[in-house]
Amino acid sequence: MESSAFPELEESHEENKQKKKEKGAREGGKPEELAPSRSPDSEFEVTDHLKQEKGPTSEPPPRNDIRPQSPGSGERDSGATLAEPNAALSPPPSKPGTEDPPQVRLDPQGLAPPTTPEQNFDEISEAGELQPSHLEQVPYERETTPHLIGSEESSYLSQQPQYLLQDLNQDINPPEKPASDIFHHDESNSTFGINKPELGLNQKGASEPTAPNNLEIAVQNAKAYLLKKSNKSGLNLYDHLSKVLTKVLDQRPENVVDIIENISEDVKKSHFNKKLDTLQDEHEIPLAYELAEKQKSLFLHGNLEGDQEQEDEIAETPLPNIMESAFYFEQAGVGLSTDETYRIFLALKHLTDTQPLHTCRFWGKILGIDRNYIVAEVEFREGEDEEEIEEEDNIEESEADEEETELPKSSYKGPQVIPKEENRTGANKYTYFVCNEPGMPWVRLPSVTPAQIVIARKIKKFFTGRLDAPIISYPPFPGNESNYLRAQIARISAGTHISPLGFYHFGESEEEEEVEGGRDNYEKNPDFEGIQVTELVESLSNWVHHVQHILPQGRCNWFNPIQKSEVGEEEEEEDEDEEIEEKREEPDNSEQELGPPLLTPISEDLEIQNTPPWTAQLSSSLIPQYAIAFLRSNLWLGAYAFSDGKKFENLYIGWGHKYNSDNYTPPLPPLVQPEYPSGIEIKEMDDPTVAEEEAFQTAQENAVLESGKTKEIEEGDDDDDDDEDEDDDDDDN
Amino acid sequence: MDSESLLLSLELASGSGQGLSPDRRASLLTSLLLVKRDYRYNRVLFWGRILGLAADYYIAQGLGEDQLGERKSLYSLNCMEWSLLPPATEEMVTQTSVVKGRFIGDPSHEYEHIEMQRTTEGEKTYEDEVMIQIKEESRLVSVIDQIDKAVAIMPRGALFKTPFGPVHVNRTFEGLTLADSKKLSSYFHFVEPVELKNKSLLEKADLDPSLDFMDSLENDIPKGSWSIQMERGNALVVLRSLLWPGLTFYHAPRTKNHGYIYVGTGEKNIDLPFML
Repeated sequence: MESSAFPELEESHEENKQKKKEKGAREGGKPEELAPSRSPDSEFEVTDHLKQEKGPTSEPPPRNDIRPQSPGSGERDSGATLAEPNAALSPPPSKPGTEDPPQVRLDPQGLAPPTTPEQNFDEISEAGELQPSHLEQVPYERETTPHLIGSEESSYLSQQPQYLLQDLNQDINPPEKPASDIFHHDESNSTFGINKPELGLNQKGASEPTAPNNLEIAVQNAKAYLLKKSNKSGLNLYDHLSKVLTKVLDQRPENVVDIIENISEDVKKSHFNKKLDTLQDEHEIPLAYELAEKQKSLFLHGNLEGDQEQEDEIAETPLPNIMESAFYFEQAGVGLSTDETYRIFLALKHLTDTQPLHTCRFWGKILGIDRNYIVAEVEFREGEDEEEIEEEDNIEESEADEEETELPKSSYKGPQVIPKEENRTGANKYTYFVCNEPGMPWVRLPSVTPAQIVIARKIKKFFTGRLDAPIISYPPFPGNESNYLRAQIARISAGTHISPLGFYHFGESEEEEEVEGGRDNYEKNPDFEGIQVTELVESLSNWVHHVQHILPQGRCNWFNPIQKSEVGEEEEEEDEDEEIEEKREEPDNSEQELGPPLLTPISEDLEIQNTPPWTAQLSSSLIPQYAIAFLRSNLWLGAYAFSDGKKFENLYIGWGHKYNSDNYTPPLPPLVQPEYPSGIEIKEMDDPTVAEEEAFQTAQENAVLESGKTKEIEEGDDDDDDDEDEDDDDDDN
Repeated sequence: MDSESLLLSLELASGSGQGLSPDRRASLLTSLLLVKRDYRYNRVLFWGRILGLAADYYIAQGLGEDQLGERKSLYSLNCMEWSLLPPATEEMVTQTSVVKGRFIGDPSHEYEHIEMQRTTEGEKTYEDEVMIQIKEESRLVSVIDQIDKAVAIMPRGALFKTPFGPVHVNRTFEGLTLADSKKLSSYFHFVEPVELKNKSLLEKADLDPSLDFMDSLENDIPKGSWSIQMERGNALVVLRSLLWPGLTFYHAPRTKNHGYIYVGTGEKNIDLPFML
């Protein structure tokens, strides 16, 4: 054995060289490289134990799976061999913080200087415990152990996969001579590589019963130590090393040994980054949950009521059957998805439960930039109309202002503000509630004023989705987005709400009196028999508007702004009525504005630039028996109406703007106003130019000379006159 | 939207109010499959619907292997019989840009446009009124082309470019994250890039050449021409174009579902600057 010691030493040096080579060009399985790099040098000098090391390496790749076993077996062997020395050297030299495994390993290395074995023990122990689980960690160990020669042997040897430990044991064991095992090794070493795996297995089998407990404990202790978390960062070495090596193996960078510290740092950094991601995720999800919570309340609301109320609900409810309408609209290819419609349905139910409503209808959806609006058209019950308190507050405030100011009041009276129509009449016949999403609380829209409608006709703006957003436009819109929304809703309703002819008719009680401006009330016709669907599609005269047309003034019912006296508005109205009936023009500029009366067929609608105002289609051409008539407005894109002959419904889903095939041109600012009327006294003229001034001056001088001359002629003598005349003539010339 | 996930896509895009009736849907499902087989397309997209006065056009597009390559457009009036449309040329686009108003719905309809042409004979110049007939079909082609170039969009990562040039669907696309889905920069125009070359080197350094090879929506003019909204809580992000009203793009974050559909009159909203 001693004779082999030298070759062993030499071999170890060669091994070092080879390992250095390997470090430079590691690829994949380390043992595989060991074979080619070593083979030229070490074959001759290879002792049996080296052969044993190489044995697994020289095997073809398919046997790689067996390879771990041989290191394992090697480990066990070493463990086995170590066990005895362990028993022999029971009191190990104390080590700070090390556990049994290092002590186990200490024994074979007891010959080596006491300091270095610590490092070796760590390495070896690491090699020992890690090997079975992570072959990849070997290079790490290699790098961190460039050490003393005496321990070098053992250290370098230990850096190899487990079978190196056999060398260790073999190096150290000879002096100690646990003869039996060594002889075992020798015998096995003397055989050729082909038998190595089998030997490995045999060795494993042989060594198992001897000291599994110690080895396992050693392994577990080492692993536990590596898994110990650091106080500062919460990382543990085991995981970190495995991540680093996984990353290295995935990316396969060049000169990895030089950049391994950076890789380690990066891995630590990425660990930190992941934490941030989880934080972000937590923030994002709650929004969806909040909305789901709100919508959940919609679903639960109905269960709170008692039985009696349920009967009431079933009997008479202003709630329309939206699902039914949605079904019909879907036949035509229009509408929202089913669950959105259902949610809107529930939201409307919530509205009808909380507000005292007479009728309620899903008016439609208006799209906006940030958010959309869902609009419900309601009519309050008689007497339960909630008057807007804000107006009263405003009046009070304005009165207070008037009392405070003592400044001179201007006598300017602007054009009279046309008053808005009363609630329940004209454009304010219905009240509208909006919400952004079903489940959000319903907000009531204010009544619309004629001024708002007039200006809404002149501007075209997208809705943002926030009711309090300002409308910046020219001409300046009096109000914010809620007013603009209300105005557009009024216009759309007036323009596109239609019903089959005969569905509504005028009530008979109102026949006698002529209401000014036309009738504005209609009733459902109980005798309505329905119209054939095909007829509804073919002829537009079968459809009528049932919402009053809005006059250019902004109201449905004409309001005369001229008031002859402040007394007796009623009298004036009567006078005006008479005048209107007689169809006389008013003395001032205002004429009565007439619009098409209620319940005019839509065939009377004007065309817009050669396009018909409505497009009528059957919902399905394939199955006409059950098809419904479906109308689309070309004037207000997004307005739809359907009817199956008996029932009908209107809907609007769109951006809320009128269609114009030409471009929108904003109105120009008005001309500059004159400051004063041009008259005789004050007349604006251009200043005379210099030439004109000079001409004027010479003309004046001539005039003076002329008059002087005539005087001289009268007074002067003949000679003088002749002379003067001549002179004058000369002068004049 | 992909014809394979047609029903789901229609459901997700229904927030804009326009969808398809059940019989159209059923017809589309069958006819698009047949189209794919007959024309041997790699992918068939249901592009959308152009509303005409008398009838509507249903448009589908077929893509070959290269997603950014040539796209064939087909139209149908009843979702069953599809006719191939000729590819758009620049001349066609300029010629049809003078036509205003709605589509009629009849592909053979001809718009009459009067143009003043000057003919010089010797020294005299005559101005003649020349009546130019423009077919509705060519108008349809140019409108589809314009809409595609302007507002057809894809989320970032849905397509990737191979080093050889062809662009493929990214099968590992997991969807945008919630934070990304609210940013305009996560969406790209589904056309050959125009502005990408003009980016500075600094900006290009951050880009991944396999994913960022198209123009993003950030630099669209006018600013604000896209409306991004989250529907159903945060479960669906919907982009609507304000320049071509009717174009709806939907995407469910963290899933593969995305697509766009155009349902509208086929007219550009030139009033956009006034409306913002």
